[in-house]
Amino acid sequence: MTAASGSPLLEVRSLSVRYGKVEAVHNVSLRADEGSIVTVIGPNGAGKTTLLGAVMGLLPAQGEVSYRGESLFGLSVEDRVARGLVLVPEKRELFASMSVADNLALGAFARRREGEAATKRALDEVYHRFPRLLERRAQLAGTLSGGERQMLALGRALMGRPKLLMLDEPSLGLAPLVVREIFSIVVALREAGVSILLVEQNARAALQVSDDGYVLETGELVLSGRSSDLAANPKVAATYLGQGAAG
Amino acid sequence: MDFSIAALLAQDGITNGAVYALLALSLVLVFAVTRVIWVPSGEFVAFSTLTLAGLQLGKASGIAGLLVAMAVVAGLLEVLSAFRQREWKRLPLRLAAWTGAPLAIAGVLKWAAPLAPPFVVQILLTLVAVTALGPLSYRIVYQPIAEASVLVLLIVSVALHFAMLGLGLWYFGAEGSRTPPFTSATFDWGGVLVSGQSLLVVATSVALIFVLALFFNRTLYGRALRATAVNRVGARLAGISPAFAGMLTFTLAALVCAFCGVLIGPITTVYYDSGFLVSLKGFVGAIIGGLSSYPLAAAGSLLVGLLESFSSFWASAFKEVIVFTLIIPVLLWRSLTSQHHDDDE
Repeated sequence: MTAASGSPLLEVRSLSVRYGKVEAVHNVSLRADEGSIVTVIGPNGAGKTTLLGAVMGLLPAQGEVSYRGESLFGLSVEDRVARGLVLVPEKRELFASMSVADNLALGAFARRREGEAATKRALDEVYHRFPRLLERRAQLAGTLSGGERQMLALGRALMGRPKLLMLDEPSLGLAPLVVREIFSIVVALREAGVSILLVEQNARAALQVSDDGYVLETGELVLSGRSSDLAANPKVAATYLGQGAAG
Repeated sequence: MDFSIAALLAQDGITNGAVYALLALSLVLVFAVTRVIWVPSGEFVAFSTLTLAGLQLGKASGIAGLLVAMAVVAGLLEVLSAFRQREWKRLPLRLAAWTGAPLAIAGVLKWAAPLAPPFVVQILLTLVAVTALGPLSYRIVYQPIAEASVLVLLIVSVALHFAMLGLGLWYFGAEGSRTPPFTSATFDWGGVLVSGQSLLVVATSVALIFVLALFFNRTLYGRALRATAVNRVGARLAGISPAFAGMLTFTLAALVCAFCGVLIGPITTVYYDSGFLVSLKGFVGAIIGGLSSYPLAAAGSLLVGLLESFSSFWASAFKEVIVFTLIIPVLLWRSLTSQHHDDDE
């Protein structure tokens, strides 16, 4: 399938997830290499969120998920977080009635044994990356704007010092300017050594920033390859980049 | 009724209300974090008084027996879950925590009881022993069904309440007990006699509430519990395990109930089954706060305490009726003023 550049950080083999009788994800295999951005694109209801939920351990699934060469079978969500696998969910799942600072502090909960100094360093980094959060640190998370919420969700995830950051529709419902900011942060994060698994409906932006891509339709992988190749693929262009005949 | 009687009744009501407030806070806490309506909270109160009364007589066999029984069951559950998950590495540590620690506490109680330690030490031993029952009951009863619906959790709570009543009768016997007052001092404040005992109860409650507030606002663990209450999925994604949050919650709630038991010991004679009525009054207070607001729950509990003491003056035969009837207008008012939330967990 895709050309292997680094060592695989995450490897998913024939993963299937069922909700009762309905199979939302069927026999999906993908890999994310260390230091890369991998994107999964596809229409609404293709099973992208379900796929991330299964990798994170939020949903029971069949198949194999290995992370840093170790099977994740039987590990709870919290155990996975402690190993550096962190998800920013589509709904953000912030602690709405708590302050921005509290939300960020709790992002480091899994790392609480590493001491105050490590938490402080992580917090400084997050505030440096998102100066807006520093301005709003005393504000309740529920009162933030959509873009700020996404920044807080990203910031909270970064407080856990992830090795693999999974982002579910980070651009959903955001103004174009904010979307551009979020994607530039994603690229900056990769440069800081965080590998990223990015699930997006905004295929154009996702394929631009990523190294490898997968196309998911009704629970099955239909295409995969280098992102640049996918973007040039006429079928992908027609369906997801909206340039069909013109392209 | 003249002013002095009213002052006396108010003092009584505030004293009881302070104890109900503590209970209401623990009920709100348990419900917010684990969605459990903690029906057996009263048993923790009663067992606390009975343990302290037992220690006064140099006996600790009741609470020690209960601890040993629960420690054994919790240990078996740990072995079973290790067997299911084929994960033996963590078992020794877990057995040490779930079986070793409660056995050690039971051992210390059995050893210390005949030595007739000072009253303060007896109170400390009581608090430690009864607090240990909290996480144990969570581990044995609630943790295996933590993802169940609120209704299932409520039904299990009722079952646990009856089970604990039986265990209470078995381990503590049917006799009622009363503990000696902490102080016999009285103060004359402009013609109103205030007992030191009442002051001590109110002061302890206020101090405990203050400490809890500090814990929830200033410490990482306190914030982790709030986070779990606000957004369970978000908390898991931040690495806060629901089992850990549940255990910590039940430890805190049991500690608060243990305090309640120590505080009401000198006020009223406590039997193995006295706790339920006390916790029900705390529950009325918690309901006034919608099972979600701590300050409203505390205020509601004070109202319950005052209503109880004044109705015992005017219509003592209907005392409980009046207190529990309060819940009807409160529920009516709440259902009219608050939007309805579905149980969407």
